[in-house]
Amino acid sequence: MRLRTVKRHFREGLKNSWRNSWMTLASIAAVTTTLILVGTFIALLMNINHIAQSIEEDVEIKVYIDLTATEESIDELGERISTITNVQNVTFSSRDDELQNLISSMGEQGSVWDTFMQDNPLLDAYVVEAINPQDTMEIAAEIEDFNGVDYVNYGQEVVEALFAFNNFARNIGLILIAALLFTAIFLISNTIKITIFARRKEIEIMKLVGATNWFIRWPFFVEGLLLGVLGSIIPIALLAAIYNFLIGSAAINQFDFIQILPFNPFIWQLGGLILLIGAGIGVWGSVMSVRKFLKV
Amino acid sequence: MVNNFDIKVNDYMIEMQNVKKTYPNGVTALNGIDINIDAGEFVYLVGQSGAGKSTFTKLIFREEVASSGEIRVNGEDLIKMKWRQVPFLRRSIGVVYQDFKLLPKMTVFENVAFALEVVEESPKHIRKRVMDVLDQVGLKNKARFIPDELSGGEQQRVAIARAIANYPKLLIADEPTGNLDPDTSWGIMKLLEEINATGTTIIMATHSKEIVNTVRRRVIAIEGGLVVRDQQRGEYGYEA
Ligand SMILES: Nc1ncnc2c1ncn2[C@@H]1O[C@H](COP(=O)(O)OP(=O)(O)OP(=O)(O)O)[C@@H](O)[C@H]1O
Ligand SMILES: [Mg+2]
Repeated sequence: MRLRTVKRHFREGLKNSWRNSWMTLASIAAVTTTLILVGTFIALLMNINHIAQSIEEDVEIKVYIDLTATEESIDELGERISTITNVQNVTFSSRDDELQNLISSMGEQGSVWDTFMQDNPLLDAYVVEAINPQDTMEIAAEIEDFNGVDYVNYGQEVVEALFAFNNFARNIGLILIAALLFTAIFLISNTIKITIFARRKEIEIMKLVGATNWFIRWPFFVEGLLLGVLGSIIPIALLAAIYNFLIGSAAINQFDFIQILPFNPFIWQLGGLILLIGAGIGVWGSVMSVRKFLKV
Repeated sequence: MVNNFDIKVNDYMIEMQNVKKTYPNGVTALNGIDINIDAGEFVYLVGQSGAGKSTFTKLIFREEVASSGEIRVNGEDLIKMKWRQVPFLRRSIGVVYQDFKLLPKMTVFENVAFALEVVEESPKHIRKRVMDVLDQVGLKNKARFIPDELSGGEQQRVAIARAIANYPKLLIADEPTGNLDPDTSWGIMKLLEEINATGTTIIMATHSKEIVNTVRRRVIAIEGGLVVRDQQRGEYGYEA
C-alpha cells in the first residue's frame, strides 16, 4: 500500500468518527468503562497470582522418618526421594535441627521446650521441595508409601485451599473479562455499522469504479482502532493513579508477607496490555461489522 | 507449416454462450443468451420492462454472477474469475445509470476524482485527468459545483465523466437518458457517440424509441430472458 493511500485511509477513518461524533463518544465511553473493569480484574489477578506464587514457593514437604529406621535405610530413603521426578532438592534435617527450628520459631515461648533438650521427642526428617509447587500433593502421596516413613506433612489444608482459591479467582476473572470484552466489541461493531450504513452509497460507487474490498475496509478498521485506543487512555491513567496510591498506602504495607507487584514495571505492562486490548476490540469490532456489508 | 497458435481465437469485447441467470428468489431473468459484441461497437439493448436488460448489463461487470453458461469480457473468463479479481475487471469498465449515482456532498471535481483515488492514482495525475474529462463532457467551468446545483443532464455528464476517467475499454449505460427530457437526451447521446468514436465499446439499455430509430446502431432485443432480435442499424421495434 502506498503512503498516500495509508494517509487517505486514516483521513477517512477520522472523518467517519467525526461525522458520527455522538456515536463515537458513546462507544469510547463504553470502551473506557469496559477497560477500567477489565484492567482492574487483570491487576487483581496478576497480584493474586504473584502472592500465591510467592507463598507456593515456600511450600515444602516434611518427611518424618520412622524412629526405628537404621542409618542405612535413612540414606536409602533420601536416595529414593531424590529420584522422584519433579523433586527439586532434598535436605536432611536431624531431630535436633527440628527442635532448634521449633524453639526459635516460637520466640519467647520457645523456652518451655528447653526441657526437652535432653529427651527430644521429635523425629528426623527430610525436607523436600518440588520443582513445580503444584506437584506437591502428588509427591507427598508417593513418599508416604516409602519404607522408613513415619508420616508426611506439607500443610495440606493451607496449600490445597491456596491452589483452589487461585484457580477459582483466575477462572472467574477470565470469564468476566471475556464477557466484558465481548460487550465492548459488540458496541464498537454497532457504531461502525452505523458509519457504514451512512456511507453505503459511497461504498456502492467505490465498488462500481473498481475499489478493492481492502481499500473500502481500511477506513473502518482505522475508525475501530481509534475508538479502542481513545477508549484505553482514561483506564490506563486511572489505574496507574490508583495503583500508585495503593502501593504507598499503609493498609497494604502492614502485612509484610503479602507483597504486591512493584509499580514499575507492572503498571507499564498493565498499560500496554490495556492499550493492546483496546486496539484489539476496536479492530475486531470493525471486522465483524464490515464483513457483513462487503459480501459483494 | 501453418502455426495455428498465432491465430487469435478471441477478438470479441463480450462473448456470451447460453447464459442463464436465476435470482435467489427464483425469478429467471435470462434464459440462454448467445451473443458476441466486437470491440468498438455501439449496441442498444431494448425490450419491455422486466425483459432482463439490466440483468444483462450487470453480468458484464460482475454485479451479478451468471447461474450457468459462459461469459468472456475482453478475453477474461467471468465465470472462473475470483472475487478478488472483480475490482480489476471493473476498472476497465465504465458504468452509467439512470439515477446518476453521484455523491451529493462532493463537488463535481471530487465526484470524478473519487473514481481515480480508489484505483490509487497520483494526486497530480488525478487533477489533470479530472479536468480533462470534465472538459470533454463540457463541464470544466462547473468543477466546484455540487450535484444539486446542476441540471439532470449536467449531472449525467458528471457521471459519464467519472465512468470514462479511467480510460475504460467498455462503457455500460443503463437507461442513461431515462430521467432526462428529449433535448437533454440528445446532448447525452452526442457525448456517448463521441466517446464511442474514440474506440470505446458502448452498451446502452434504453426505452427511447426516438433515439434508437434516429441514431441507427446495432440493436439487441431481449424478451423473456432471450435474444429475440439482433440487427445492425436496427429499429426500436416496440411502441413507446
Ligand atoms: N436483484 C433481483 N432479485 C430478484 N429478481 C430480480 C432482481 N433484479 C431483477 N430481477 C427480476 O429479473 C427480471 C429482469 O429484470 P431486469 O431489471 O433485468 O429488467 P429490465 O429489462 O432492466 O427492466 P426495466 O426496463 O424495467 O429496467 C425481472 O422480472 C425482475 O423482477
Ligand atoms: Mg433495467
